[in-house]
Amino acid sequence: MLRTTARPSALTAVSRIAQRSLASSSTDLISIELPASSFEGYNLEVPELNFDTEKETLLKMYKDMIIIRRMEMAADALYKAKKIRGFCHLSVGQEAIAVGIENAITPEDTVITSYRCHGFAFMRGASVKEVLGELMGKRSGVSYGKGGSMHMFAPGFYGGNGIVGAQVPLGAGLAFSHKYRGQKAASFTLYGDGASNQGQVFESYNMAKLWNLPCIFACENNKYGMGTAASRSSAIVDYYKRGQYIPGLKVNGMDVLATYQASKFAKDWAAQGNGPLVLEYETYRYGGHSMSDPGTTYRTREEVQHMRSRNDPIAGLKAILLDKEIATEEEIKAYDKEARKYVDEQVAAAEADSPPEAKMDILFEDVYVPGSEIPVLRGRISDDSWDFKNKTFLNKVY
Amino acid sequence: MAPKLSSIAKTAHLASAAIANNATRSLKHSGQYQALRMMDNVRAASSTAGAKTITVRDALNAGLAEELDRDDDVFIMGEEVAQYNGAYKVSRGLLDRFGERRVIDTPITEMGFTGLAVGAALHGLKPVLEFMTFNFAMQAIDQIINSAAKTYYMSGGKQPCNITFRGPNGAAAGVAAQHSQCYAAWYGSIPGLKVLSPYSAEDYKGLIKAAIRDPNPVVFLENEIAYGESFEISEEALSNDFILPIGKANIEREGTDITLVGHSRSVKFCVEAAETLEKEYGVKAEVINLRSIKPLDVPAIIESVKKTNHLVTVEAGFPAFGVGSEICAQIMESEAFDYLDAPVERVTGCEVPTPYAKELEDFAFPDEPTVLRAAKKVLSL
Repeated sequence: MLRTTARPSALTAVSRIAQRSLASSSTDLISIELPASSFEGYNLEVPELNFDTEKETLLKMYKDMIIIRRMEMAADALYKAKKIRGFCHLSVGQEAIAVGIENAITPEDTVITSYRCHGFAFMRGASVKEVLGELMGKRSGVSYGKGGSMHMFAPGFYGGNGIVGAQVPLGAGLAFSHKYRGQKAASFTLYGDGASNQGQVFESYNMAKLWNLPCIFACENNKYGMGTAASRSSAIVDYYKRGQYIPGLKVNGMDVLATYQASKFAKDWAAQGNGPLVLEYETYRYGGHSMSDPGTTYRTREEVQHMRSRNDPIAGLKAILLDKEIATEEEIKAYDKEARKYVDEQVAAAEADSPPEAKMDILFEDVYVPGSEIPVLRGRISDDSWDFKNKTFLNKVY
Repeated sequence: MAPKLSSIAKTAHLASAAIANNATRSLKHSGQYQALRMMDNVRAASSTAGAKTITVRDALNAGLAEELDRDDDVFIMGEEVAQYNGAYKVSRGLLDRFGERRVIDTPITEMGFTGLAVGAALHGLKPVLEFMTFNFAMQAIDQIINSAAKTYYMSGGKQPCNITFRGPNGAAAGVAAQHSQCYAAWYGSIPGLKVLSPYSAEDYKGLIKAAIRDPNPVVFLENEIAYGESFEISEEALSNDFILPIGKANIEREGTDITLVGHSRSVKFCVEAAETLEKEYGVKAEVINLRSIKPLDVPAIIESVKKTNHLVTVEAGFPAFGVGSEICAQIMESEAFDYLDAPVERVTGCEVPTPYAKELEDFAFPDEPTVLRAAKKVLSL
């Protein structure tokens, strides 16, 4: 692994050409040169702009992003077809963050975020079918139809949280547990620019710094908290500086290689016992806050179009894959087609699944851990009270 | 005059004296030894014959220490729980015995540290989170209800949360409106929580252990005035394995003529009123100590009402939408309705923010004379 630790200036033009000629082999290392604008540090030396990574990783990140994009677009269509109810917050445009983080961490690390969680749930191990199934309220959904869009859980993924900002102390708690158990793991605790002003966020910063917790606070700054521009909600919009006594790092969240490098840096920082960091992934959502928000009343269509055409994370990685000759145009088209086909199949499978049976024992399930339920939970009228011991209605007739 | 020494300072002095006298025990162990001696109040108080007594504080302390000892995933967190030995000395000696990894002082940031403890519980640890009083838990109530209580259900059974929230609830003495509210009814209404409200030392010890071992989020409502009260305690209750079942009320006193139901400190007034009723009216009152608010032991109340035909509920919380209201509704919806010879009377806290002056504060909470008045009304005495 000498090449990963070599200083970038040591790589000569000759060795770079040698690398390119070997690019057809899939285990090859590709050297990445991030633009200087990728990072901005606050009391922190920014990560190396130049690093090597495996070709396989780059291809995987591309495939991950296009699946998430397709999955979110499928959710959009299903919502408009009234197959998804309630809230549905999509992350179209923000894919590089979930993908960059997941490829930089291990299953032992933990991730927690807000309600804009579908991409994270997928990256942490839920299948597209399970995510869409949950959105459609199917029994085969990732939370068995009990949670919906905002409450998806997967191994090492703690949701999916509906209350703005509440996930931040929870994430500090995950980090606390990592430290308590002596694990060399980190907790990626994500929140938005809208949540960043919550008092509990600052309370979490304080405890994380005081107790040196391996907590990576990560603000996904997509410029708008629902319909309120960041500058209208926040006295300072440099969210990576909000940690005051905690070092901060601003990352170009539309570039998956930058998010990947930054996330690796953050994970290593925490795992080495340096305590918390405050990251700010600068990103953008093409859609509205949720499916009920067109997203055009508080910003111009030109702005959205501009971001889409100039800064799209998928288009950005595609350009690099082509430029470094990791994949050809045809191969990329094939990946796109494969992703579309996969997502379509998963949509069909999820749609074909059934919702939870409309039975009271399913309704009352999981209020408490099985075996430790309280004797009776009341239904809408006293007759509908559910008796856990006998698994039947109490039928309070006298 | 030498200044009064704190218990920590006393420990340090003992330790240095031990070293000065060339004792073989190390400084660290001296502290721990002293801590153990401080906790060993039962042995100090007991005699070879007769019942042992223990304060609620010591019973709670013993229960916490036993659970910390038994399971490394258990830890205690809260304001002043470690170095200060607990705002009410409930966690006295625990830092010395278990160390700062297991007993943790927090900043005064309820919402933040409650969320942190819940997050740790989601990851598999078993926090015992102390609120200096449950009045302060209002700042954190979103984390208790939306992050702890509901998560197992929302995750379809994938994500349990084994956390215990404990601390003084309800009235103290002269602490006025913002420090005296009873939250039993608020937490008792939430599906996904269990809510306990112990009365005697045995209740406190057996139920805190049960709460910590229970895999669901449990709200453990203590009472500050109770901490210093002494109760008789059985040999069995003093053992390491003594657990009380959650959801089973206790008949403190058997009777045939009227049922008095209370929780926490109100049980004391029920017991006192029962004694007066027997002495002055020849009435045998049955006193039920609920022990558990959620689940409420409705079958025990029904059985009792079927026997006595009269019911009085007693609680310190506000009257509207309270524990007593719930008991009335449950009784009315059950077969016990047919057994009532009179409507149920609720004795509750007064519907005012708690006043400060003692003359007024005395009207704000139930006491023995009020319970007696309610019982006489129900019995038409």
